[in-house]
Amino acid sequence: MRFGVVRFPGSCDDIDAVQAAERVGEAVLLGHRERDLHDVDAVIVPGGFSYGDYLRAGAIARFAPVMDAVGQFASDGGLVLGICNGFQVLCEAGLLPGALLPNVSLRFVCRHVSLEVVDAGSAFTSACATRERLSIPVKHTTGRYYSPAPVRVLLRYAAGENPNGSQDDIAGVCNEEGNVFGLMPHPEHAVDPLTGSSDGLRIFESIRASVADASPAVRAR
Amino acid sequence: MARDSPSAHAARGGTHRALGLTDHELELIVAQLRREPNDVELAMLSLMWSEHCAYKHSRKLLRRLPTAGPHVLLGPGENAGAVDVGDGLAVAFKVESHNHPSAVEPFQGAATGVGGILRDVFAVGARPIAVLDSLRFGEPESPRSRYLLERVVAGIGHYGNSIGVPTVGGEIYFESSYERNCLVNAMCLGLAPRARLIRSAAAGPGNVLVLLGALTGRDGIGGASVLASAELGEADAAKRPSVQIGDPFTEKKLLECCLELLNCELLISLQDLGAAGLTSAASEMASKGEVGLDIDTSRVPLREPGMEPFEIMVSESQERMLCVVAPERLGRVLDVCERWETLATPIGSVTTSRRLRVLNAGTVAGDLPVGVLVDGCPLYDLIAAAPQFPLYAPPEPALAGSESPAQVLLALLRSANICSRRPVFEQYDWIVQSRTVRRPEESDAAVLALPNGSAIAVAIDGNGRRVACDPRAGAAEAVYECAANLACVGAEPLGLTNCLNFGNPEKPHVAWQLIEAVEGIAHACEALGVAVVGGNVSLYNEGPGGPIFPTPVIGMVGKLPEATRAGRLGFAREGDAIALVGSFEPSLTGSELAKLRGRPAAGALPSVTAKAVRDAHKAVRIAVRTEALRNAHDVSEGGLVVALAECCVAGRIGARVTLPEQLEPFGEAPGRAFVVSGSEEALAGWPIIGRVGGSELEIDGLLKVAVTVLREAIERGLDSSPCRPLLGLEGSARQ
Repeated sequence: MRFGVVRFPGSCDDIDAVQAAERVGEAVLLGHRERDLHDVDAVIVPGGFSYGDYLRAGAIARFAPVMDAVGQFASDGGLVLGICNGFQVLCEAGLLPGALLPNVSLRFVCRHVSLEVVDAGSAFTSACATRERLSIPVKHTTGRYYSPAPVRVLLRYAAGENPNGSQDDIAGVCNEEGNVFGLMPHPEHAVDPLTGSSDGLRIFESIRASVADASPAVRAR
Repeated sequence: MARDSPSAHAARGGTHRALGLTDHELELIVAQLRREPNDVELAMLSLMWSEHCAYKHSRKLLRRLPTAGPHVLLGPGENAGAVDVGDGLAVAFKVESHNHPSAVEPFQGAATGVGGILRDVFAVGARPIAVLDSLRFGEPESPRSRYLLERVVAGIGHYGNSIGVPTVGGEIYFESSYERNCLVNAMCLGLAPRARLIRSAAAGPGNVLVLLGALTGRDGIGGASVLASAELGEADAAKRPSVQIGDPFTEKKLLECCLELLNCELLISLQDLGAAGLTSAASEMASKGEVGLDIDTSRVPLREPGMEPFEIMVSESQERMLCVVAPERLGRVLDVCERWETLATPIGSVTTSRRLRVLNAGTVAGDLPVGVLVDGCPLYDLIAAAPQFPLYAPPEPALAGSESPAQVLLALLRSANICSRRPVFEQYDWIVQSRTVRRPEESDAAVLALPNGSAIAVAIDGNGRRVACDPRAGAAEAVYECAANLACVGAEPLGLTNCLNFGNPEKPHVAWQLIEAVEGIAHACEALGVAVVGGNVSLYNEGPGGPIFPTPVIGMVGKLPEATRAGRLGFAREGDAIALVGSFEPSLTGSELAKLRGRPAAGALPSVTAKAVRDAHKAVRIAVRTEALRNAHDVSEGGLVVALAECCVAGRIGARVTLPEQLEPFGEAPGRAFVVSGSEEALAGWPIIGRVGGSELEIDGLLKVAVTVLREAIERGLDSSPCRPLLGLEGSARQ
């Protein structure tokens, strides 16, 4: 299968996302001016500071030409994963419910946290077991999730591990249709024990399995 | 062009003095030009002849440092030095100060310090892969120090995190001598294919000079002269307009753009714009290439209208680079820049004149020989004298001297100079780019994996209090300690960079500190066979209370063959033997305990034998590489007992130890000795001093403390000081 990794000016974790995705499939970069996703099977909107994020995080990136294509891809049922800044962009774009607010500490925090898989029934978590713990790092200033309405939660920070004051310890949510997933932790930075953990690979493996199930053609690739 | 008579400069109201030039220097300028400089030229010369650009008090001295070595690819004089790490790859690195801007405006001062050092590294064609910081503040009890710490850390994070370069290490010391004059030194490492390394020498008359990056504004005018080359004083708030404003987003695009231009082999040379802006960048490029440059200031894109040619030439606006391009490649260069949304403007051309001509839409605004700008400044001999009186007041005592050894240990672990830096380093992204194998507090040096399975290691060190005691021995210790940190992860040194932070060199006792410290660094480099590949000098670091501790900061880069075998500092296995490696005769002079007891920074430091240091480093390095050791930690601040406590806390396991006879438990002799653990066979030949195990650190006849208590002391250090409301505790912002 082939992942497309969106690259805005100011994306920082784009290459990391490409390298992580390449552990389970192929990956290509999608420029911010692209209007065509080049037949990728899943889209990753990576971390960083898109367009500098001098306004509200993700508020400019949602207007990038490539996001029109990503929105269409999502409404056609394609799998979209937003990591950190990507999560913020997907919320700004209305592809996910809720919003990310500044951390309670008002500070950037970089830390390995323990996550609990709340729902292993999704396309993004099928390679995990429900209530399984994953060690994956966070690094952000604006990661406090808030939603006034109930949402489908896939990952929570384990008890005592909430790094930002997120509502109900929410670390990652998906849309009602289950094909768009956003999370503040960085699974692409947890794909090799050499750099701290390989638990994040499960997310990429889940996506690969879901795409393969959905499309025999992909399985053949 | 203005042509004043030779006597006219008296009538100019001493403009040159306001710009930082002495009367004698102006006379030299007039003699070399055989005329008076006009205002544009005077502004340019005042910056190029400043301490910051001309190194006029240090250049002769720096010749003492060894700069040649088998691994060196680029030495001092380029934007950054570079060493060969094998497999066709080079690592470029440099440390630089941004002290005075940070003292005046800490957030932007620190942020642009990071931005500047990143540009130095990608100016040689290397992708920045890591940042480290060396910071000095007054005691944490001081509100000003807490404010500076808070804002400096935020500024470093703002720039490094936003641009996607990990901050993988650093060090912080708190001493009252830095109260008015904090130090912010930033080091950057970059990785490049050897073949992509590029120099800054302009070449090829007729080639085009292209300015890349941000618009030019009025920020930072005179930064190198009035700010960086003078003592701090009461009127510093008025200097805030001399501090630049950083924009990491623009730099991120500029960085990617420059690397693509280099990959496509579209550039002849590349130079970053730092202190003294276009003037310095153009002069250096012309000087190294032995050519001339014409620059038309009317073509420089401006942030605000109505800027004068001299303002355009000396502006220190950030996120700009200057490159030389062959005319036939200009179109492709502009295309790449458009794709990265990076402004690119042809502003001039290379000439054969060996002069820097400043044009303004057809008229000549300034015309100076490159030689006068770059090499015309007089180099001063330092007039040195060892001080006959104590330079630094003794610190306020925190310990009475009657405490038990356990109480002393806990006080040391809690002390601001030893406690955990977690509240600081958690504000930095240390994982982006997926190379960080060892982060702060996992090992004594940061370790970054390379594509071929090997790794580089990097450490930064410099304990000013020990240099204040004995500049020569203290500076050498900083080199030894850096190398010891590398040995602990299994790395062999390849090269080092240094930042010499000192007071006013025109004062004989500061000159003496500087000369002695450089001698000490040179000695240690020769002893270890490590070359200095670049660095920076920051002088005039003093306020009304006197000079800072003399603070040479050493950044050292090394290599290890296998990333997977990088050493760790924590004890790992119940029952392992513990050995003390190295020739170790520590004393309390200049130690952290001496400070807590209110002793002044004075007295002779323990002697050192170069061969013993080299042998100990080599033995530990080899044992780590073969995985014979389960931990390795160098013995530094707080001495052997603190080192043991740190190994226990990092490994979450206890130890039982018998100290060698006559050994001062909290005495220091950094860079010479290591605490290591492993099987008894693995440690054969080294003195076994104890065993790993249990949940307490027990030192026979001295103390017994639970590891949880040690951990609490180390972790609460910065938090429980008055920094607590300021540094990184969730919930505090709500109050």
